[in-house]
Amino acid sequence: MYNYTDFDTAYVASRNAQFRAQVERRISGALTEDEFRPLRLMNGLYLQLHAYMLRVAIPYGTLRSDQMRQLAMIADRWDKGYGHFTTRQNIQYNWPKLSDVPDILEALAAVQMHSIQTSGNTIRNVTADHFAGAAADEIEDPRPTAELIRQWSTDHPEFQFLPRKFKIGVSGAPHDRAVTKSHDIGIRIVRGGGGQTGYEILVGGGLGRTPMVGQVIRPFLKKADLLPYLEAIVSTYNLMGRRDNKFKARIKITVFENGMEKFRDAVDARFEQIKREWTGVDADLIAHIEQSFTPPAFRNAPEDGYETARKADPVFRSWTDTNLTGHRQPGYAIVTVSLKAHGATPGDATSAQMRLLADLADRYGHGELRISHEQNVVLPHVHKSDLWALHAALKAQGLATANIGLTSDIIACPGMDYCTLATARSIPVAQEIATHFQALGLEEEIGALKIKISGCINACGHHHVGHIGILGLDRAGVENYQITLGGDHRENMTLGERTGPGFAYDEIVPAIERLLRAYLALRDSREETFLDAYRRLGDAPFKAALYPAEAARDAA
Amino acid sequence: MARAFTPKVVTANALVEGDVVYLTADDRWTRDHAEAEFLEDEAHAQLRLLKADHQRDRVVGAYLAEARMGVTGPEPIHFREVFRTRGPSNYPHGKQEAGNV
Repeated sequence: MYNYTDFDTAYVASRNAQFRAQVERRISGALTEDEFRPLRLMNGLYLQLHAYMLRVAIPYGTLRSDQMRQLAMIADRWDKGYGHFTTRQNIQYNWPKLSDVPDILEALAAVQMHSIQTSGNTIRNVTADHFAGAAADEIEDPRPTAELIRQWSTDHPEFQFLPRKFKIGVSGAPHDRAVTKSHDIGIRIVRGGGGQTGYEILVGGGLGRTPMVGQVIRPFLKKADLLPYLEAIVSTYNLMGRRDNKFKARIKITVFENGMEKFRDAVDARFEQIKREWTGVDADLIAHIEQSFTPPAFRNAPEDGYETARKADPVFRSWTDTNLTGHRQPGYAIVTVSLKAHGATPGDATSAQMRLLADLADRYGHGELRISHEQNVVLPHVHKSDLWALHAALKAQGLATANIGLTSDIIACPGMDYCTLATARSIPVAQEIATHFQALGLEEEIGALKIKISGCINACGHHHVGHIGILGLDRAGVENYQITLGGDHRENMTLGERTGPGFAYDEIVPAIERLLRAYLALRDSREETFLDAYRRLGDAPFKAALYPAEAARDAA
Repeated sequence: MARAFTPKVVTANALVEGDVVYLTADDRWTRDHAEAEFLEDEAHAQLRLLKADHQRDRVVGAYLAEARMGVTGPEPIHFREVFRTRGPSNYPHGKQEAGNV
């Protein structure tokens, strides 16, 4: 794992000292809110509905056990004993006092963490495949690339006042778990004709008000050209992007309005210019960074008792069926720990849960943890002989829920329970769907399903790419929920289609039940997932299930 | 024709805690919606909002929120303002937390 250099440490310390002085001036009244707001946003501090919120970056979703323990300590000491993991692999504290934030930032710096560029019109925390360095299908670990981009983009003088926020996601595997096509720039490590690895660069993806799937701007980029090429894209966008209208300021609109050809030509021209001036300092940097991401010392040991335990214990077997993913190292598994216990808030972890996860990472997982964009925690390297003990230990803090990829493994943004931008609540809808389908006993029967809920059109809950997407809106002073169907977040990203009029708060869970009962009746076998059935049948039978009165009228 | 003015209260967030606060008739900031000054006159409401805006060392983001008169005092109308009087729905935190109401 990457360790801060003296430069990193000094930079974060100086930023924290600056912010401490700024907070003091704000509290004394020397700074107005208008003056202070951009300063606090540069440090990830928002003012939400009921309190401040501090968003802490977890670069490319990778955490060490000591960092997780510190996050727990911060939750206990300065917040309400929990944290919220987000769809951008960050953690958010919902209740810090303004006067405590400088101390929190110092506590983060003590474990090489910070909140810089988690907000504002800059290049945000770089995200990556949460199975990086472990996935069986991986071409190359995306984290050295992500770390290089983090270093390049942090405090980049040209990119502190972009037209709008800018998000970069990196994947190192053909199966895209990093939602690269929804990013301003998506980077996919690919293998070229000669066997060498390079990057496929996508641009102009984004969800939100105007959802768009990222398009390939460069099918194969040499690795050495990454930073000058990224600099060319962002610098072209910085000049060409619109600043007259906040809703048209993202790069997806720049690409759409100018056309890919014109945008690509402008990027290529800029790239040629930058490349000539590039000194190649990044080649030395990447070599240093790569050394930080060498695989742990994997054990070559028998999978003692794993299969026996699976046979003997149906609860353990069910958990291994849903929460494990194939590891590239024989004898190992990737464990996804669900933060979606039925009725819990998706992505929330108590300080006790964080400490247990840190301890278990030390005991069974080489001290490594990951945060997924699906708001779960991953132990990327667990030997199969340890799985039984790990599962037993997870139960102590309610962390052994066997539901990864199922109905209750829901992405939900904080919604109007916390967020000032929200137009409706998301969390209670997620909680009720989870408990309702558990009570019906249908979750296992339904099988693989992605439900994603956003509390406003900004789409932090990725609703456009949910198999079932739910968007909470304010319709004449009442919460109203629109459903989209058929979305897919993976390498063949598809945006879901809106079904029709929305549903009131107390109608949304029954509507989802009608939809899923229709699926169970219509599927051609247990192997046909909801998404497959939707693709085969189209939206008509599902609309009929959602809107029975209209369907009956049409039939009459 | 301009839309008729509907009653309001002045609300904001406390500078240090971020908690939701309301301006009272006697120039205090209260955490209880029912104690807020009920503003039925548009010109007076604008003056009260200006007063709030000038308290930069105490509150953040003051605005006028729709309200109606209830039994114990002004009550919020929009569901967002109702949530602001109590806190999130997933935990008993914020104003609904024991001792914090």
